[in-house]
Amino acid sequence: MEQKFTTVIKPKRGLFELNIKEVFKYKDLILLFTKRNITSVYKQTVLGPAWVIIQPLLTTVVFTIVFGNIAGLDTNGIPPFLFYLCGSVAWSYFSTCFTGTANTFVSNAAIFGKVYFPRIVTPISVVLTNLISFAIQFTFFVGFLIFYIISPTAKVAPNYAFMLLLPVILLHMALLGLGFGVIVSSVTTKYRDLSMLVSFGVQLWMYATPIAYSLAEVPEKWQNIYMLNPVTPVIEAFRYAFLGAGTFSIKYYIISWASTLVVLLVGILLFNRVEKTFMDTV
Amino acid sequence: MSNKVIKVENVTKQYRLGAIGGGTLRGDLQSFSARIRGKEDPNTKIGQANIRNERFLALDDVSFDVMQGDTLGIIGHNGAGKSTMLKLLSRVTAPTKGLISHNGRIASMLEVGTGFHPELTGRENVYLNGAILGMSRDEITSKFDEIVSFAEMEMFIDTPVKRYSSGMYVKLAFAVAAHLDSEILVMDEVLAVGDMKFQQKCLGKMGDVADKEGRTVLYVSHNMNTIRQLCNRCIVLDHGKKVFDGDVEQAISVYSKADLNLLETDIDLSQKRMKHLESVKAKAKMMRIRLLGKDVPTYNADEPIDLELTLVSYANIDNYYMRIEVLGMDDVSIGAAVSESFGSMEEGEEKIIKFRFSPHELVDGKYKAVLLMFEMNEFGNHRDLDGIFPCFIFEVQNRTFIEWRARRWGSIRFDDLKLLD
Repeated sequence: MEQKFTTVIKPKRGLFELNIKEVFKYKDLILLFTKRNITSVYKQTVLGPAWVIIQPLLTTVVFTIVFGNIAGLDTNGIPPFLFYLCGSVAWSYFSTCFTGTANTFVSNAAIFGKVYFPRIVTPISVVLTNLISFAIQFTFFVGFLIFYIISPTAKVAPNYAFMLLLPVILLHMALLGLGFGVIVSSVTTKYRDLSMLVSFGVQLWMYATPIAYSLAEVPEKWQNIYMLNPVTPVIEAFRYAFLGAGTFSIKYYIISWASTLVVLLVGILLFNRVEKTFMDTV
Repeated sequence: MSNKVIKVENVTKQYRLGAIGGGTLRGDLQSFSARIRGKEDPNTKIGQANIRNERFLALDDVSFDVMQGDTLGIIGHNGAGKSTMLKLLSRVTAPTKGLISHNGRIASMLEVGTGFHPELTGRENVYLNGAILGMSRDEITSKFDEIVSFAEMEMFIDTPVKRYSSGMYVKLAFAVAAHLDSEILVMDEVLAVGDMKFQQKCLGKMGDVADKEGRTVLYVSHNMNTIRQLCNRCIVLDHGKKVFDGDVEQAISVYSKADLNLLETDIDLSQKRMKHLESVKAKAKMMRIRLLGKDVPTYNADEPIDLELTLVSYANIDNYYMRIEVLGMDDVSIGAAVSESFGSMEEGEEKIIKFRFSPHELVDGKYKAVLLMFEMNEFGNHRDLDGIFPCFIFEVQNRTFIEWRARRWGSIRFDDLKLLD
């Protein structure tokens, strides 16, 4: 008598066999992981979630002093503090998504080695966790934005229509961070070298992205190459919408989306390959 | 009619011996380029030349089926492949060859408490752990009170688990896992921690899960007593191969005497000697034993075991005695018989003695006999001269007139109870 089985465990899996339905079944786990990530980080700290704001705030202050006052870089006529705050809030979402997912396999080896659940659940929950931090930082930023809009001395004119793009921009940054993070996490199961690179690589990357300066500072002839950095058009779009500064280039924005999707696809492919047997190599 | 819930077909899991890769990208690139140029791998350690490509089969072509409601024990020596099997079943890693099919969810308790976050409270961790094991939030909510009361943790449920004692930790973790709604439960020695009372409670719970709820339990342990208590079927693995599948008691005997020359009645003892006597200079040695009048060492009730033993002495011995210790197949001591003085021996003397052993209190079953020769001085201190563990195995039959529940009653049947006037 032959019988149907609900689950069959095979040695190898097809390339694109990402089981979306299964991931959805574990939605509660995604939420609980997210909750764990948030609550556990700030347990036994005095300031608690205030740290979410303190980090970008201090970065902004340093940028304002170093790049705004000492170096005296141009900020498209936007008050330097607001300009740098905008950039670092946006950048911190991307970079935390990236670094947070980059060590998925290595740091969760203990759980992964004992129980099965779709491994992609962990990076997804990291992205969600960071979304919440971002929401807090963003509210903080909007507070300053309103203050500067009302204040008569500063000339800040956001492109309100473009603000509707915010969800798309966030998704874009999340997918980009996730894509790169997942690639790094899959590769680091075998080679730890890359994890060394990530922490300071992200810092270097930030300087290759117009966070601490405006795009206008970049020499004309380099701009074409410069815009190929997939994060740049996203940051520019974000700044264009909320500060009304800089330019919004459809062409590079689409290129950036295309490269994001490629990165994500490669990431998921690698992740899929690795997740079945990574326990034997990690 | 019972359904197949798990089907394991020709499953093989292969590991590579030695370090996997050089450990760094640079190392692997070096090895790779050396291989292409046909040169010697610069990362090979001296004397390790061949290990690099040696394969190790943790599981070798294993197949079995599990029916619904089965409580299947998996036993075997360390490295036999038990844990690998469970890892494959719980999808932690994938098999190299073969197929595993199953119906319904598998919940694995490979190590309870994985996924517990020390900073979170017991309550938060119950939810988190439940979700990791595949429960939805609503399911956990509906079982929450049951879980907490099973773990006896009402007082501490809102304390971070990092303040828990290890016992509390395990109790809570086990409670979560045991209340899973999954059709198949996989456990790897989870009962190793927790006090006796809790262990019994866990076993009871697992038994209920199988008997009353018709769920399937796969259990791996080195503790034969819990295997006996819980399982109705048992698989023995040895070096990655399945060597036995069936009755629990038989499986346990297959496991515990895996390396014995079984059920012989004429045994050469000249090369054997008990571990603790190996360092002692031998004054005498037992050379050969025969179980008289038997081809198979099976004895009916009240039938004595007659033995013929060949002895050699290497020194003068004033008084020597014999002792037989009887052990169950799981190496638990049951009893012993000692002799009167069998006399003296002179240096270089070879002797053949016959003596009788009547273990008529033993109930049906197989037993190991340990044979020892010892001397005693005038103060009553005795010293072992030679011993063999286990010397021979014998089986008792037809001793009990009612079904003897050895699990609880033990292996000794005392004199029957008599009504007094």
